[in-house]
Amino acid sequence: MSYNVNEKGYYGEFGGAFIPEMLYPNVEELRQNYLKITAEPSFQEEFDSLLREYVGRPTPLYFAKRLSEQYNTKIYLKREDLCHTGAHKVNNTIGQILLAKRLGKTRIIAETGAGQHGVATATVCALMGLECIVYMGEVDIKRQAPNVARMKMLGATVRPATSGSKTLKDATNEAIRDWINNPLDTYYIIGSVVGPHPYPDMVARFQSVISKEIKAQLLEKEGRENPDYVVACVGGGSNAAGTYYHFLDEKDVNIIAVEAAGLGVDSGESAATSALGKVGVIHGSKTLLMQTTDGQITEPYSISAGLDYPGVGPMHAHLFASGRAQFISITDAQAMDWGIKLSKTEGLIPAIESAHAFAVLDEMKFKPEDIVVINLSGRGDKDLNTYIDYFNL
Amino acid sequence: MNRINQKLQESKKILSIYFSAGYPSLNDTVQIIEDLEKNGVDMIEIGLPFSDPLADGPTIQESSTQALHNGMTTQVLFDQLKDIRKTVSIPLIIMGYFNPMLQYGIEEFCKQCAAIGIDGLIIPDLPVDVYADSYQSTFEKYGLKNIFLITPQTSEARIQFIDSVSDGFIYMVSSASVTGSQTGFGTSQEAYFERIANMNLKNPQVVGFGINNAATFQQATQYAKGAIIGSAFIKHLTEKGTGSIAEFVKTIR
Repeated sequence: MSYNVNEKGYYGEFGGAFIPEMLYPNVEELRQNYLKITAEPSFQEEFDSLLREYVGRPTPLYFAKRLSEQYNTKIYLKREDLCHTGAHKVNNTIGQILLAKRLGKTRIIAETGAGQHGVATATVCALMGLECIVYMGEVDIKRQAPNVARMKMLGATVRPATSGSKTLKDATNEAIRDWINNPLDTYYIIGSVVGPHPYPDMVARFQSVISKEIKAQLLEKEGRENPDYVVACVGGGSNAAGTYYHFLDEKDVNIIAVEAAGLGVDSGESAATSALGKVGVIHGSKTLLMQTTDGQITEPYSISAGLDYPGVGPMHAHLFASGRAQFISITDAQAMDWGIKLSKTEGLIPAIESAHAFAVLDEMKFKPEDIVVINLSGRGDKDLNTYIDYFNL
Repeated sequence: MNRINQKLQESKKILSIYFSAGYPSLNDTVQIIEDLEKNGVDMIEIGLPFSDPLADGPTIQESSTQALHNGMTTQVLFDQLKDIRKTVSIPLIIMGYFNPMLQYGIEEFCKQCAAIGIDGLIIPDLPVDVYADSYQSTFEKYGLKNIFLITPQTSEARIQFIDSVSDGFIYMVSSASVTGSQTGFGTSQEAYFERIANMNLKNPQVVGFGINNAATFQQATQYAKGAIIGSAFIKHLTEKGTGSIAEFVKTIR
């Protein structure tokens, strides 16, 4: 079985491009060009050079000694929190801005949940001198104030999405509407492995540098390329896609996806798509989707803005449906406790999104000789207000 | 013959109205349809509300949200429409996004539409190639016309393909925009209307998006067979209520 996208843009039964005709020319232009452009030596040279000199790659694969002792297994952390802008998101925005430039686009739009993708987009727009408009849910603007300020400093315009749940889903709707209204000069930098084909595949490819580096680094440290487990949190799923990418066909590597259970999977306040979702169409992609029996998209909930999304990328829907990946879901409380625990044990304050992934250590039993790689996808600076309120710090 | 094909053979220009089913109040649907027909409207698009209408501007978004809040569902709409053919004879089209139809089951959805006497469907986020591959035979089995959109950016080859798959009319989106966001048509729209008219497609074209008064209706129908009004009608319902439909239609023609 293949876990990568087929030529029609599907992962198994998931994916495709369910878009209004107004978007067809834009998406088609991208579909016809993304593989060709990203394969050009000049593109790869510029991409690699920016990842190295500007983003700070390769990010370390850090052996978490104290955590490993506590859980009696070998735990490595992929340090995406050390990327410029504080999370893995920038790997993708660097790739897409180079593509946008080569397509001759002059105006960049993006959606953002936690604000990490918005900051990463505003950053590369500043770097390239392009106009940048970021759509962000009104609720998220309040809970991620530092990132809103960052985007403004970087010269971006932040436009609030005021419809629906006023979070990531609604910000994505607004960005898509903007693209419909501005089809010629505008490029839409999607921040996750969601949306119509070719976005899920394109974003996964740009993020795949994460697993490429893990392989090389593990070979150096452990004498083998493949860990026993790779673990990542999944909202839309871009850091997870990057973490899994080069291990998808490696049968000896167990893939663990950690979703946000919010107040509990059955509480009605959750974002655990694999547990609660059914096949449906959201933002141009057929995937697993939280929805009512009538097919209306449900408003999700997670304390972490970056996981607060009612769908999941089609690649992940396929990994779930095929059984290739094991999905677990972690509550707000568990994730927040890990925010403190990782800080105190390893001196690393994680983004709340990333903190979810660590709870796998409580949920699953690992053997002493197992190598478990957890993607620390972002750092917690942006979440300080939430940590302060939650723990009365 | 399907009511859509029949209507489009008439010599007059077609006025088609879109509204969100279940708005302003849940049970307004049938009355609005009957009043529109009584006042000379030629065709109606009944909007099946969706939580995330990507191609719609604020007016239709808000009416959809309100309709859902009022309790509108696919089944409620079918129940409301079950006797509609006893009183209404103009073409009726259901316009909605794909996901609610997918959850209802495409075959069952089509079957219910046929039983009611719905003539066609407009599904903005069901691409023509997916339709042709997976759903065309089901739609045809139940005698439903699927209406596709084209825009000023749609290539000539794709318009030809859409024309070949269509049997009813082509929904010509007036300009690059979501619904309800245009104010008047300029020379670029007129050139586009004329360009499409000169392609001599087998399907007549009906223009939608940005038509909100007599002037834009006339501009749109100078080259096309008809025009669709959505947001402007919903605004009128919001401001004047359901009692003044005659007044609205008179402002158009």
